[in-house]
Amino acid sequence: MVQYIVQRAIQAILVVAVISALVFVGVYAVGNPIDVLISPDATQQMREQTIANYGLDQPLYIQYLVFVRNMLGGNLGRSLVFGVPVLPLILSRLPATLELTLAAMLIATVVGVPLGIYAGTRPNALGSRVIMAISVLGFSVPTFWIGIILILTFAVNLGWLPAGGRGETVSVFGVQWSFLTIDGLKHLFLPTLNLAFFKLALMIRLARAGTRETMLTDVIKFARAAGLTEQTILRRHVLKLISVPIVTVFGLEFGSTLAYAIVTETIFSWPGVGKLILDSITSLDRPVMVAYLILIAILFIAINFSVDIIYLFLDPRLRRRGIS
Amino acid sequence: MRAAAISDFWSDFHENYVAVVAAIVVVVIILAACFAPWITPQNPYDIANLNLADARQPPGFVGSQGYVHILGTDSQGRDLYSAILFGLRISLEMGVISGAVALAIGTTLGIVAAYVGGRLENVIMRAIDLQLSFPAILLALILAAILGPGKTQLIVALVAAQYAYYARTAFGTAAVERQKEYIEAAAATPLSAGRIVLRHLLPNSMPPLIVVATVQIAAAISLEATLSFLGVGLPVTQPSLGSLIANGFEYMLSGRTWMAIYPGIALIILITAINLVGDQLRDQLNPRLRR
Repeated sequence: MVQYIVQRAIQAILVVAVISALVFVGVYAVGNPIDVLISPDATQQMREQTIANYGLDQPLYIQYLVFVRNMLGGNLGRSLVFGVPVLPLILSRLPATLELTLAAMLIATVVGVPLGIYAGTRPNALGSRVIMAISVLGFSVPTFWIGIILILTFAVNLGWLPAGGRGETVSVFGVQWSFLTIDGLKHLFLPTLNLAFFKLALMIRLARAGTRETMLTDVIKFARAAGLTEQTILRRHVLKLISVPIVTVFGLEFGSTLAYAIVTETIFSWPGVGKLILDSITSLDRPVMVAYLILIAILFIAINFSVDIIYLFLDPRLRRRGIS
Repeated sequence: MRAAAISDFWSDFHENYVAVVAAIVVVVIILAACFAPWITPQNPYDIANLNLADARQPPGFVGSQGYVHILGTDSQGRDLYSAILFGLRISLEMGVISGAVALAIGTTLGIVAAYVGGRLENVIMRAIDLQLSFPAILLALILAAILGPGKTQLIVALVAAQYAYYARTAFGTAAVERQKEYIEAAAATPLSAGRIVLRHLLPNSMPPLIVVATVQIAAAISLEATLSFLGVGLPVTQPSLGSLIANGFEYMLSGRTWMAIYPGIALIILITAINLVGDQLRDQLNPRLRR
């Protein structure tokens, strides 16, 4: 088992190295950041000085090696627009995004899995049909559109909730959180709902498909024969058996939820990493783009890695194979 | 034989009237988009037709050119109904072209990987899996941003975001088909590898790809709308549905809701209808679900 984990860890590090090179070349090969940095009426001398300051006169591979050396030292460069180091900039925006993403994933799972199990046990009931119709909508309707409808309904027409911003925050260990104040929760509610909707559809479908297959297996037949109530069977057996794909998806979708947070944060003016990256894309702030992409890639690989490890614990068959 | 298969397919399709209605909606939208210049009062891309005095007027407003703007006008003074039909045209165009290119590239990669196997398979599928673990929207966003605005650039971004799904699907089915005896039998005859792949492996791997293609075209249209909404899609002179919604969104908080709502409804109807047809196709082509 240890050997398996070490092997996977080495693979993960290799993948990070490859991705960092790809991202660097991809982002740096296209577009010219000098246009962003220097005003058109700057003198030739100022131009050259700025170019040299940012190391943009060096060949690409030298720039990459410098970048890798700095990255290993925890320095991902300076933002061309804000003029501050990139890593602290991204980290300062991270709590807002994490708060939003985690809340959305949690809602999607806590609401979606029970609905899916219900739809799976009674596939022909009216309630199940309604649930499945909602899930089709969740897949079809783009995130930004749901956000617009939510703002229109709850902020513009009803005036119950704010349309944007983070609201009042509380500082815990120097990090600002919205979910600890009433005002913050009010601001958090609509963006969370928006981001959760798409994942909700996915969770419903997964839980429904898993339940439908599990209900046909002998395990359930024997549990029924043993006189267990349907409630107990669902809670103790079905939920456990469908948990493996759900944990996988929870992990894998966490990354894509972070990506979709770009859309939600833009609509609700939520000051997170997503809004930062979109602003840096439109202003061609390459150090921020590169740093964000590499951090996301590392996150993805870390998630994939931990999902594999969690599998070892959820599925005894894999554990045995891993040991031998 | 072929004709019988098609009529069987139709009679199955008929049973699900939701899918039939969805298919009719898709056809109507495609026709409306194709014939947009003939069934709209205005060419929204011709600046000479636009009058700023007509801008931001509610549905039912009679503009300076004497006809009724049945869905109102947008912030540039475009007739919203015309802009929506022309926008549908662009959305469909982007979805179908990028879908077709991604289908071609992805299928080629997947089937070659499955047929050749060995090292090549490892390299191709590893790369595909790596890309699939990365969210498509992020990839498309970054590519669209660094390539700049324009139809071709947007198509490149959409293809890059999609081809891996086709490759995975093509590889999955082709790898199963590859093991079957008819491929083995074909390999024992003097047929060339290219012919076996094109005439035997490819046609038998098609059904799942058709399903993925329908769902992916809907996804591509949605992705294009999202990119345009975020301002990294098409140039503002050729608004797709996404850019129309983005323009309208700016005026929504001041109560002029029609500018965002109507293009949005058109987008949702299109995507939902395509997805419903795709769902039905999947159920029909999946032998496990047939009883």
